[in-house]
Amino acid sequence: MEQTIIYLDNNATTPLHEDVIAAMNRANELYGNASSMHAMGREAMEAIEESRQAVRDLIDAPEGSIVFTSGASEANNTVFNLFRERIDLGSKRNRIVTTTIEHPSIIEMVAHLRELGYTIDLCPVDHTGRVVMEEMEKLMGDDVALVSVMLGNNEIGTIQPVKEIALLAHHHGAYVHTDATQAIGKIPVSMEELGVDYLSLSAHKFYGPKGIGVLAIRKGVPFAPFFHGGHQEGGKRAGTYNNTAIVGMGVAARIAREELEEESARLWKLREMLREGIEASIPNVVVNGSRDYCLPGTLDVSFPRAEGESILLYLDLEGIMVSTGSACASGSLEPSYVLLASGVDIELAHGSIRFSFGRYNTEDEVHYVLEKLPPIIKRLREMSIR
Amino acid sequence: MSNFMAQWVYSPVVKDHFMNPRNTWSEEEHFEADGVGEVGSLACGDQMQVLIKVENDRVADLRWLTYGCASAIASTSMMSELAIGMTLEEAYFLSPERITEALGGLPEHKFHCSVLGDKALRAAIDDYLKKNGKPNPWQSQVAKVICECKQVTDIQVEELVKSKEATTLEELEKLTGYGTVCGKCKPQMALLFDQLQHLYHV
Ligand code: FES
Repeated sequence: MEQTIIYLDNNATTPLHEDVIAAMNRANELYGNASSMHAMGREAMEAIEESRQAVRDLIDAPEGSIVFTSGASEANNTVFNLFRERIDLGSKRNRIVTTTIEHPSIIEMVAHLRELGYTIDLCPVDHTGRVVMEEMEKLMGDDVALVSVMLGNNEIGTIQPVKEIALLAHHHGAYVHTDATQAIGKIPVSMEELGVDYLSLSAHKFYGPKGIGVLAIRKGVPFAPFFHGGHQEGGKRAGTYNNTAIVGMGVAARIAREELEEESARLWKLREMLREGIEASIPNVVVNGSRDYCLPGTLDVSFPRAEGESILLYLDLEGIMVSTGSACASGSLEPSYVLLASGVDIELAHGSIRFSFGRYNTEDEVHYVLEKLPPIIKRLREMSIR
Repeated sequence: MSNFMAQWVYSPVVKDHFMNPRNTWSEEEHFEADGVGEVGSLACGDQMQVLIKVENDRVADLRWLTYGCASAIASTSMMSELAIGMTLEEAYFLSPERITEALGGLPEHKFHCSVLGDKALRAAIDDYLKKNGKPNPWQSQVAKVICECKQVTDIQVEELVKSKEATTLEELEKLTGYGTVCGKCKPQMALLFDQLQHLYHV
């Protein structure tokens, strides 16, 4: 008997698109160092530039803005590091503003910088996980160097009003960064439209390879490299080009752009099917996040009196892969900081499950989940203390 | 969010007890308990209830309920198998190590937070003895958990106060992390701290 595998953890990472695999297989032949002047090098560089253009088209980024990195974590760290450097150099703008629900690559950077004595303010979010604009306004001032707000949240899918935030921050003379990693391929992302100065993304969230991403940097804004040691990327990021991965990302970017509209609608439909099914078949559930501003493929649900890790593992035994905000699963005691920051009750946070859809999920799979999930919750609740 | 695949480092025994937990309480059974113990809290992510029947100073039968992760379920299930048939004294000193061993081991970080079965069992025995007006010769011999989230015991706090490593509640919090998760233990900890300060330093 073949074991059913239903992968509903696409916000964690996505499988490679078959066209990406094919392109990468071909690109493995491109062993020339793209920085070399000879034919092999030029050939590799050509492929790289093609990918650069594909990514640029995908996010509607200004000319000359795309810098390849190892992923969004590096891109995020690069931005924070560069402003830290400016503060060290004595900039009067010496405060950074971000939010309570950013990706760990920012949350942990913030904790680190605070420990070193830097001033960083975290803008709170409402119960749907959305930035409270009045609070953001209060945090503005002429001492703010950088405002960094993610576009779509990885856990609950909430989409932030990045465009409004960018307007506000620019009005106060601050630079603006957005981590768009989760939004790519799910909602339209235009760097021009958002008006941000820096944007991070990672290929493996949209069917590209892992370990490759982009920091898009608007011309004329401050920059300092995080990696020194080479003239690649105009001195913005040292390190020999990863030809294969860059080519893979380029193909993924092209597909993401071409299929965005259709894919976005499909993901939302699957998400809503699952949400409605869960609400109809399981009593007492809480859907986390925002109804109106939500990434199409993300559904985060809390099941009171059933613990997240146990749900996850029972689902795993049925071949269904999800993730949880439960503390137990992470080896810490505190459940998801994203849910807690959104004012979700700590007990509900422990019992939260994230289903995240991708291009390979089907309606049949949703039916399968709806068949397996209710008895699991029922069983755990029966075992749970009344 | 975190990576769970790495967490299937559970032994086959853990997996078995997780999938088929033994001796769970069910309404229809009308289990008549002589003692009931409850530890943990929903806020900590683990809560456990143990019900025992006592005959001839032995745990004649046991049922349990738990809200918790896979290792909480498995360890309580294993505890129930070990405890049934034990004398009350044996059961009182059934250690988390013993349960973990019987399970074929647990991932390191799971050991502290999820093995609560022994404590709930102890609480059930305490309850039984109290209800029946019997003396409790063992209670003073074991550490009592004050902060469930961080598993801080009275004995641990006593040491810290005695050695003057913790001279204020803030210091105690820094050292043990008590009260930093759900916070429900704060009043009790403050009380204990005061008493101990009084005992050792005034
Ligand atoms: S019992 Fe939860 S913080 Fe102490």
